[in-house]
Amino acid sequence: MRGLLFLLSALAVIGTGYWAYHENYRTQDELDRVDALRRDIGEARERLAILRAEWAYLNRPDRLKELADMNYSRLGLMPLRPDQFGSVRDVIRPVPEIPLEVSEPIDVISTGATQP
Amino acid sequence: MMRTPLRPLARILEARQKGENPDAIEKENRRLRHEQMRDRTRLQSEGRLLVLGVMFFCAFGVIGARMGAIAATEPVEPRAASTGASIVASRADIVDRRGRVLATNMDTHSLYAHPQQMIEPDRTAKELGKIFPDMDVEAMARRFNDPKKKFMWVRKKLSPEQMQAVHDIGEPGLLFGPREMRLYPNGAIAAHVLGGAGFGREGVHSAEVIGTAGIEKFFDEELRNPAREGAPLELSLDLSVQAASEDVLYAGMKLLNAKGAASVLMDVHTGEVISIVSLPDFDPNDRPNPLVEGNPSDSPLFNRAVQGVYELGSTFKIFAAAQAMDLGLVNPNTVIDTRPPMKVGGHQIGEFKKKNYGQISVSEIIIKSSNRGTGKMALAIGPKRQQEFLRSLGFFDPTPAEIVEAKGGKPLLPKRWTDLSAVTISYGHGISTTPLHLAAGYAAIANGGIAVKPTLLKQNGAQDGPRVMSEQVAAASRLMLRQVVTEGTASFGEVPGYHVGGKTGTADKPKERGGGYYDDKVIATFATLFPAHDPKYVLIVTLDEPVETSGEKPRRTAGWTAVPVAAEMIGRVAPLLGLRPEYNTGQLESVVRIKQ
Repeated sequence: MRGLLFLLSALAVIGTGYWAYHENYRTQDELDRVDALRRDIGEARERLAILRAEWAYLNRPDRLKELADMNYSRLGLMPLRPDQFGSVRDVIRPVPEIPLEVSEPIDVISTGATQP
Repeated sequence: MMRTPLRPLARILEARQKGENPDAIEKENRRLRHEQMRDRTRLQSEGRLLVLGVMFFCAFGVIGARMGAIAATEPVEPRAASTGASIVASRADIVDRRGRVLATNMDTHSLYAHPQQMIEPDRTAKELGKIFPDMDVEAMARRFNDPKKKFMWVRKKLSPEQMQAVHDIGEPGLLFGPREMRLYPNGAIAAHVLGGAGFGREGVHSAEVIGTAGIEKFFDEELRNPAREGAPLELSLDLSVQAASEDVLYAGMKLLNAKGAASVLMDVHTGEVISIVSLPDFDPNDRPNPLVEGNPSDSPLFNRAVQGVYELGSTFKIFAAAQAMDLGLVNPNTVIDTRPPMKVGGHQIGEFKKKNYGQISVSEIIIKSSNRGTGKMALAIGPKRQQEFLRSLGFFDPTPAEIVEAKGGKPLLPKRWTDLSAVTISYGHGISTTPLHLAAGYAAIANGGIAVKPTLLKQNGAQDGPRVMSEQVAAASRLMLRQVVTEGTASFGEVPGYHVGGKTGTADKPKERGGGYYDDKVIATFATLFPAHDPKYVLIVTLDEPVETSGEKPRRTAGWTAVPVAAEMIGRVAPLLGLRPEYNTGQLESVVRIKQ
């Protein structure tokens, strides 16, 4: 009986030891992964900053103006002027189709009309 | 275990035969047995003590070793403790009001040399000379060959192409260090606001980027603060409006042969400066050195809109009229005699081209820009009240704009504020202020009488400043300013749909060495607000020594110079600000009809 108890406790010690080491290694792996991700994030952020700087550089007003001037014949781009503001009323809207059948004309009389 | 019996039969019998007490044998045996037991227990205890001792020794040994190790090693951040927020060490970006980048950082490299590690110093110097044409090859070779030199900088900043070319030399004594540099992607746009940045303390592995001027210097600490976590600094400027303003002002400056020009566009409710231009300008990526001789105001580094104090002329007249109306001394229709002579403190007060406007109303004084008319109003107001009013509009202190140069724009005021000073100041002479001051003053008229402080940072709402004039007076003043454009000196200022109101100002430039004014050098200013019936923005355009030469005689007045430039600028800028032109409201037709 005692021997069995010893054996079981020894097995338990080995088991928990194995489990603890296993967890430890897994934690270390995860931490390594976190470190790698952090490094990636840092690199991505750096790249993002450079791309943003490049975007700003390529979109600088002076360059856009030069490009618009160079491609004037094709694009016809001009600085925004006050007369380019339109009104919603000026928008030409599609005329709704009339679903009436007009193939058979009917006579319209104004007998009952009240207005002159 | 073999146990010895306490009373062995053989010995007991033997003892009985001899007549001895057999109990003695038992006693003897019991004693021996106890001795054996005692020895065994002692051995066991000693063993246990030993084990315990070893255990304690090991435990203390481990603790001691750990303590030693912790004390002796470099501190490491706990890897598992994640705060979530990462520390951003680089200088914060500066963006405009719509989030477009005005200043950011770039990773680049510096180049330094360890001459003692060089293999071919002469060839290296020659190759470097090919990459950097401005480098003195001989001096470089001499320094590379100097055995005492252990370290020297070659270049502070390298482009990627240059870095590759230096790599290709293959010299082990040339080394690269990482560098973060400040980049202004838009070049010269808003250069005076941004200022510039340079390196502070420098090491091989890093260098401090510090602001050297403008808002970079004003907010240097703030921009470098890691607690910002890289949050950009949002300015009130609008990049496209700023670019358009610079464009128009530059064209106007060239067309009118002006030496310099400045413009300020400001939101009248929030005090936000939407665009502020000073020409000539510079590229903050490659900031020129300040002038060592001559007039510092001739340097492109000089910010005319914030540092330059000028007599801004007749643009000040509206303040005298507004104050006189606010005090109840006059109303827009009060007739004032502007006929000569008018003598104050022994000086004759004259008009432009010695004109005589006769008896005219306050409105007409502003429309025609009569010096004597505003002078008489100023005398009625009195120097003391005039000072208080101008102080409340901010004309006595440097503007609170958030750039280091703003402190340099301290207005020049008369030492003794006499009646004569009051009269001349009422038409903008004898007081020198910056265009930004004037913008703040006009903003108070435009927004209905609330003093605002100009700011370069994006604001959330209207400023809650002190009231400096009643709403009715502000409205009446705006009407006069509108009339200046529709029928007065600023007729070129009309921009269809935007109902521009404003006042021109042409001031002779004072001679640098003192002793009067130049005849043929002026500062032409046009101060405007638009749309006049509900102003949203004020615009100040100032030209330094403009001359318009399309007529027979050269014309220098603001009406011919600053006004057309301002009108063109409003036409370009107002649509960008999202202002829709209105063609049917606020045209003041009734006013025009009365004139006829």
